[in-house]
Amino acid sequence: MSEPLLTTADVAHVAKLARLELTDEELATFTDQLSQVLEHASDIAALDLDGLGPTAHPFGLTNALREDVVTEVSMRDDILAAAPAVEDDRFKVGRILGEAP
Amino acid sequence: MSMEGYETVIGLEVHCELKTASKLFCGCRNAFGDAPNTNVCPVCLGLPGSLPVLNRHAVELAIRIGLALNCAVKPSNFHRKNYFYPDMPKDYQISQYDEPLNEGGSLELPDGTVIGITRAHMEEDTGKSTHLGSSGRIHGAENSLIDYNRSGVPLVEIVSEPDMRSGVQARAYAAELRAILMAVGATDGRLEEGSMRIDANVSVRKPGKPFGTRCEIKNLNSLRSLQRAIEYEAQRQVNLLEAGERIAQETRHWDEAAGRTGTMRSKEEAYDYRYFPEPDLVPLVPEEDWLAEIAASMPALPKQRRQNLLDLCGADDQATKDLVATVVDRDLDPLVIEATLAGAPAALALARAANELDATAGLPSGPSFARTVALEASGTLSATQAKAVLGVLATRPTDDPEAVAKELGFEQLSDDTLLTTIAAVLEANPEEWARYRDGDDKLAQFFIGKVMAATKGKANGKAVVAELVARRG
Amino acid sequence: MTTAIELAAAIKRGERSAVSVAEEAFAAISARDGEIHAFLSLGQDHAMEAAARVDAAVAQGAPLGPLAGVPVALKDNMCTKGWETTCASKILEGWKPPYDGTVVERLHAAGAIVVGKTNLDEFAMGSSTENSAFGPTRNPHDLTKVPGGSSGGSAAAVAAGFVPLSFGSDTGGSIRLPAAYCGTVGLKPSYGFISRYGLVAFASSLDQIGPFTTTVADAALSMEVVAGYDPKDATSINEAMPDFTGALSKGVEGLKVGVCADLLDGAAPDVARRVAEAAAVLEAAGATLVEVAVPELKLGLSAYYLLAPAEASSNLARYDGVRFGLREERDDVVAMNTATRTAGFGAEVKRRIMLGTYALSAGYYDAYYGKAQKTRTLILHALDRAYESVDVLLGATTPTTAFGFGDKVADPMSMYLSDLFTIPSNLAGHPAISVPFGTGDDAMPIGVQVLAPGKRDDLCLQVAAVLEAGAPR
Repeated sequence: MSEPLLTTADVAHVAKLARLELTDEELATFTDQLSQVLEHASDIAALDLDGLGPTAHPFGLTNALREDVVTEVSMRDDILAAAPAVEDDRFKVGRILGEAP
Repeated sequence: MSMEGYETVIGLEVHCELKTASKLFCGCRNAFGDAPNTNVCPVCLGLPGSLPVLNRHAVELAIRIGLALNCAVKPSNFHRKNYFYPDMPKDYQISQYDEPLNEGGSLELPDGTVIGITRAHMEEDTGKSTHLGSSGRIHGAENSLIDYNRSGVPLVEIVSEPDMRSGVQARAYAAELRAILMAVGATDGRLEEGSMRIDANVSVRKPGKPFGTRCEIKNLNSLRSLQRAIEYEAQRQVNLLEAGERIAQETRHWDEAAGRTGTMRSKEEAYDYRYFPEPDLVPLVPEEDWLAEIAASMPALPKQRRQNLLDLCGADDQATKDLVATVVDRDLDPLVIEATLAGAPAALALARAANELDATAGLPSGPSFARTVALEASGTLSATQAKAVLGVLATRPTDDPEAVAKELGFEQLSDDTLLTTIAAVLEANPEEWARYRDGDDKLAQFFIGKVMAATKGKANGKAVVAELVARRG
Repeated sequence: MTTAIELAAAIKRGERSAVSVAEEAFAAISARDGEIHAFLSLGQDHAMEAAARVDAAVAQGAPLGPLAGVPVALKDNMCTKGWETTCASKILEGWKPPYDGTVVERLHAAGAIVVGKTNLDEFAMGSSTENSAFGPTRNPHDLTKVPGGSSGGSAAAVAAGFVPLSFGSDTGGSIRLPAAYCGTVGLKPSYGFISRYGLVAFASSLDQIGPFTTTVADAALSMEVVAGYDPKDATSINEAMPDFTGALSKGVEGLKVGVCADLLDGAAPDVARRVAEAAAVLEAAGATLVEVAVPELKLGLSAYYLLAPAEASSNLARYDGVRFGLREERDDVVAMNTATRTAGFGAEVKRRIMLGTYALSAGYYDAYYGKAQKTRTLILHALDRAYESVDVLLGATTPTTAFGFGDKVADPMSMYLSDLFTIPSNLAGHPAISVPFGTGDDAMPIGVQVLAPGKRDDLCLQVAAVLEAGAPR
């Protein structure tokens, strides 16, 4: 298969998705470095693994469930004390530009 | 401009908050209306180091929903849906993506139309933002405040196929779905509190043509808004097409006060959710024993309950069907069934339950309701008296209906008194009596009225007629 | 230096007071940690109070936990209630978790005295501890060399004799690599043996907490204390744990040891020589040596450097300035999130977030993340096959001894290659231990690595105990 090439535009797009701002210099460096890692990964990209399933967990656990019981006591004061900004016991942020998806 | 020549195509996505004691992935209280940020812990606030653990009861309710909607209940996996948003504490939502718990079902509307169900999957709810410095809407607000009490509340999202063709039908689907969700104990179905949230995908097309471009409508807080919004939106789209314009795929907001939909954001701003399997959770595999146990615990669904009542009444006229729908919708069918089993006529029990009982005011106990209906049926209580007794039982549900009747002064009329009264009435109205004897049956009603007046409503109409017929010979 | 077992025994017998042991630890730290910088924060007041409680319990003859009075250090990515937990990142500087992680709770319950939180590569991403936002840790054996990473502070704290026991986390070698570089024992347990609840996630499906000790017996004891099922971690294994301490005295008579060329390929000659000597020690003790090839292990590096960053990109989304930690204030939320993350994360963290975001993004998932998950399966199968003919695998922990500061910072790929031999155990979820085994040509410590099948941490300890006894002095 052909390797997707990593361009500075790709890296800039990814930075936006990840909410990171990169300087032009960082953009160039990251493009180089990430390309190297992806190049190294071409060893597995080239493998034919169609017969194999993915492994998410090594021991095949299933159905790890808890009973429907209220166990938490409110730790509101501790939690709000650690917040950068609070008003009326709620977390305060600036303008939200756009609805939730 | 009319809708003539166009067909509306509607699919609904319904988010249902599950009625569990605790949240989906942590032991915080799942409750509406508590003081802000009281029901939060490291897990549902996404604090570093915290881990989710799945709530068994939430899974069972989700499976009940799947079974009720005739879905295949399958081994499933949770995925992370990655996007930044302040009401989403981890900046990803744990949801089910390509391996949902319930897939491929159907829902039959009361009129027999079958609507396809694509899937019903589990996910977690977000927190709630309040926008400051404007009308409370997001636009123009300077700041927003976030309450995470709702974060992590269990949700099941039920996605229908685009099988509905009118606002009325979409409304019927939502109503029936709500009834099913409530019947299986999954939700309290309160649209106004957001425990059931509906998004509608609406498009229009000429019949037989491919689907048109669809718009998603949000903020539908009642069944009425749902129907109105769809009708408005379909007309808007037809108007655009007739004017030779294109329909932009977008999310639109229903403004109930203005009675119109408005654009929220354009879909051009493509999201890339970077779904991948949630590594903090393990696969959910509903084993056969577990499924069988859940299936065995399933309560009867509204459709079955309606049929049961119709069978009980031995009728299927529209008036009876309407009464049956009302009774089942209000969960009053167990009272009707109990009364019938106790010997009261089903039709009378049904009518009294539909028209006289009100759960918010209070309901009589099963035996008290059954006894009241029986007393009315036997003529011991008149209709008026029976209704009054039921009114009292609302606040004193287990009281003996006969004692209540006595307390209300509804003493049973002795046979002697009834006969004496009838004789007196006939004597006082000889002309009418003669006409009745000659076959004018309509006059029976006249005599009943007179006897009722004389006995202050204590007489039983049927007994009066029986005596009149006997005397006519 | 005194071991944890010896200290606990002396305190229990009343020969040493826990307070004096703690005082000694703090004295050693204040004497030498200025140059080593193993610790990011110390908890002297709480530690002295806890030590006094242990002494009081000894005086009263009250029951004592197995680590009563033993000073321990924790990597600063484990949540400690009310005690700053930074992950060596500016974005979490000053953050005090409102809860203790499960391992922390279990250590407290066992009577351990937590003296401090140790330095690490920011969010455990690195192999040298040079990526700490608060300055690097130096190798106690040679201050011009790195201690390895990411748990460099925990390794250095034990190697410098500050504490007999510390805990780190191992995602791709972050315990074993610094253990090898610093000359301590370092165990990465089976995935799911030690709860991750309270461990700030780097790559959830790979992260595992484990101990640094001066002896294999201390590693076994610490496993007795912290390993075992935790209902707060859905990936935790709900089974009886093996007998860790009992394994120490079993010897290797009759055991088949696979000498794995793929865990030596590319190792420096001095490292390879020590591994050969280690094999000879095991053979002399009665083990059978078998040459084993598992060429698939080499693919682990690529799989790891796609999987771990992908999970990390999602795990680290929550550092958005809304609920805790750093915030760079801006008028709108997107700008605030971006400014906060840009200012708060260091270069390596950004690099991995970028890499992981890319690997998950639309269009690349199958080629990268999907492929990496299947490679994980491939490696698991290859190891399963290898373990059909051998009981354990023997190899190098690292290709070289500790390198100098700055040697690899400019070239991330060469840094990533340090993890070549350690990564397979993380991908497989298997246990692996690094045991000090002599020094290299530069007189720096060398570690040999013993890998065992899943859930057989006892086998790692069993073999490591023999290697420890036969190691060059």
